[in-house]
Amino acid sequence: MSDVQTPVREQAHQEPPPDRAGAVLRAVTQGRVTTSLLAVLMAFVLGALLVCLTDDRVAAAAPYFLRRPGDLLAAVGQAVGGAYLALFQGAVWAPRDTFAASIRPLTDSLMFATPLITAGLGVALAFRVGMFNIGARGQILVAAACAGWASSSLHLPVGVHVAVALAAGLAGGALWGGIAGLLKARTGAHEVIVTIMLNYVAFYLVSLLLRTPVLQVEGSANPRSRPADATAVLPPLFGDAHTTHAGFVLALLAVAGVWWLLDRSALGFRFRAVGLNPRAARVAGIDVERVYLVVMVLAGALAGLAGAGQVLGTVTTGFGVSIEAGIGFEAITVALLGRSRPLGVLLAGLLFGAFKAGGFAMQSMQAIPVDLVLVLQSLIVLFIAAPPLVRALFRIPAPARGQE
Amino acid sequence: MTPTQLLRSLAPRRDGHAGTAAASWRTPVTMAVLTLAAALAAALGPRTGTTSFRLSKPTDVLALPTATVPAQAATVALTLVMAALCTAAALRVRAGRAPARALAPAFGTAFVLALLTWAAAGATVPVVGLLGGALALSIPLVFGAMGGVLSERVGVVNVAIEGQLLAGACVSAVVATVTGQPLVGLVAAVVAGALVATVLAVFSVRYLVDQVIVGIVLNVLVTGLTGFFYSTALAPDAARLNAPARLPQIALPVLGDLPVVGPVLFRQTVVVYAMYVVVAVVWVVLFRTRQGLRIRAVGEHPEAADTVGIDVRATRVRVVALAGAVAGLGGAYFTLGSVGGFGKDMTAGAGFIALAAVILGGWHPLRAAAAALLFGFVSNLQNVLGIVGSPLPSELMLMLPYLVTVLAVAGVVGKVRAPAASGTAYEGAS
Repeated sequence: MSDVQTPVREQAHQEPPPDRAGAVLRAVTQGRVTTSLLAVLMAFVLGALLVCLTDDRVAAAAPYFLRRPGDLLAAVGQAVGGAYLALFQGAVWAPRDTFAASIRPLTDSLMFATPLITAGLGVALAFRVGMFNIGARGQILVAAACAGWASSSLHLPVGVHVAVALAAGLAGGALWGGIAGLLKARTGAHEVIVTIMLNYVAFYLVSLLLRTPVLQVEGSANPRSRPADATAVLPPLFGDAHTTHAGFVLALLAVAGVWWLLDRSALGFRFRAVGLNPRAARVAGIDVERVYLVVMVLAGALAGLAGAGQVLGTVTTGFGVSIEAGIGFEAITVALLGRSRPLGVLLAGLLFGAFKAGGFAMQSMQAIPVDLVLVLQSLIVLFIAAPPLVRALFRIPAPARGQE
Repeated sequence: MTPTQLLRSLAPRRDGHAGTAAASWRTPVTMAVLTLAAALAAALGPRTGTTSFRLSKPTDVLALPTATVPAQAATVALTLVMAALCTAAALRVRAGRAPARALAPAFGTAFVLALLTWAAAGATVPVVGLLGGALALSIPLVFGAMGGVLSERVGVVNVAIEGQLLAGACVSAVVATVTGQPLVGLVAAVVAGALVATVLAVFSVRYLVDQVIVGIVLNVLVTGLTGFFYSTALAPDAARLNAPARLPQIALPVLGDLPVVGPVLFRQTVVVYAMYVVVAVVWVVLFRTRQGLRIRAVGEHPEAADTVGIDVRATRVRVVALAGAVAGLGGAYFTLGSVGGFGKDMTAGAGFIALAAVILGGWHPLRAAAAALLFGFVSNLQNVLGIVGSPLPSELMLMLPYLVTVLAVAGVVGKVRAPAASGTAYEGAS
């Protein structure tokens, strides 16, 4: 397990073939884009099957399918159409009187996507070094506690306060990720064990802090934190009617930063070298242990940005220990769907954010459990990761070697 | 760089940095930290009264008396024992030798006893309850760890243990309810776990998808599927679909009457007896049979295995499916063995703890089972500490087992070596 394969396939640079137009056509029909779209389509078809299996109207119409097939088809259409329409209306666009109100679901999706992108970047960065960072959960929790304390206990001028609170969150996440990196570097302790255990430690640590004056609201018995000062809140991007906050811009900056780090910097080159082959990297003079430590500090800081964004942007009125909301674990799926590449993580995070927003709408409007979203997400990742399967199912010829 | 330098740099480092050195200071330093913690607790939070350890129920055939010790004196005495063991380990390391293998477990036992004596002053520690509860929490972990060991030994990283456990739990509850037969439910759990693992095997072996991706995604898929069916079918119609009879407890003759170990180990359900058998069988098969040698060859060096005529891909699919079957059986314990009905997400991360046990146990079935028992013990230790009450905030006591695990992994175990080809797809000799 120590050499978890980076889910990244380096693309071979090839001379462009002479027949340019034909190559473009082949790339469109046989390339990643088509197989990815077909993968999404397959996931939605299977999801529709699940909806039909458990829909009462479909069950009622099924027994007399041969006599009146129209009834069954109508019931299927209603159930599936209703589910996916609700998903779309919850995630992208719901017709209202004004444009601003209609676009609200999309801004909700961006809000849900924000922590998924940053925490996903943290997991992806560790993957690129060949480390399996299951600890985003703990890193987010510690960061939330640090940012929460700074946002409610320090009283600083506008601008400075939000920066300090963000820095506190980043530092908390970096510290928690750094512990796992340090232990791996110094003692060889496997990061999977350490990060899992640190998730539990962080959970109980933050639970404890929420019961003490460090974070708790005065005079309250509930384990909830004080609300953030107005000076420490990340401003909303599209006005108060929308939930997207400045954390989304920070997430975009983080994507750019990680891209620069991995693809343009010497440190990123060392990261990738260790990820591809730690022994070869050591021979080449790279301090592998130091890379383990540095990458976990950075991964923790990125997860910390997610935790700080939750506290300073999404839930500013005081938070409980449920602030993590499963983001740390979803971040792993986001990183995998994004193939551990910054741009991929951004797109995967946006998709999963939309699913999250749409899932809640589907549950409330159509009474379809939000778990259907998990099924759709996992099937999409599974099929996108297996182009040979998609090509076999749709009888698409395999592309020439090295073009995939 | 000359060839000699190159070779030298490839050799394992001997300075203890990468955890390969025989005489590392990690173990004594860790022991010193824990001894210091115990000494501080005894000095700053002195306890009055006595601590009782109840060893058996009055109704037992062979009843043992309850052991009662003065809390403060016993804590101090145990701390001195810890200090002595720590010194012994330090002397061994100074002499350039590795600390004796029995030192760490002995130290751990002394530490746990000191912790219990100190925290439960004025109260009674139910020893049978502590150990029995620990075993109960360990059962799915042990099955999951066996599934993980089998799968990784053949070269497929099994991150999907969680999904296999959850599928086993859900399917066994439904099948046992519908048929009215818990044993049929057990068989269904085996099939469900094997099915999840077969998907893992097919995608990673046939379609060459990264094994970690498939594993993680399968966990999400099973969580989604079971959650979906729970909300739409099981919860609205629980009496017909989700009310399985629990497996009966079977007391073994003679063994079941032994004090302490009898009620803990030998008055259990058939799942627990199956666990003893599975652990032994996995160990024997992997290390004492020709088939096991083939399995390990495929996991360590698939090209070599292929060269001598072993079908690498078929072996991988077969063994991974078997691994899933084992993990699925562990999932059945959640429903048929303890709770009864299926609950959403009832495995609650046990599959990942099992994965940690696989790694902590160095991919060896017996050591992985021991690691799983250790994790079960520490989780139950926090339950017992919560009941007997302790002078520290409950959250601190709750996080202690996980902190100690981190210390144990970093301080005692250090670096472990995975099967060489685990995690890599085999595309065939070209």
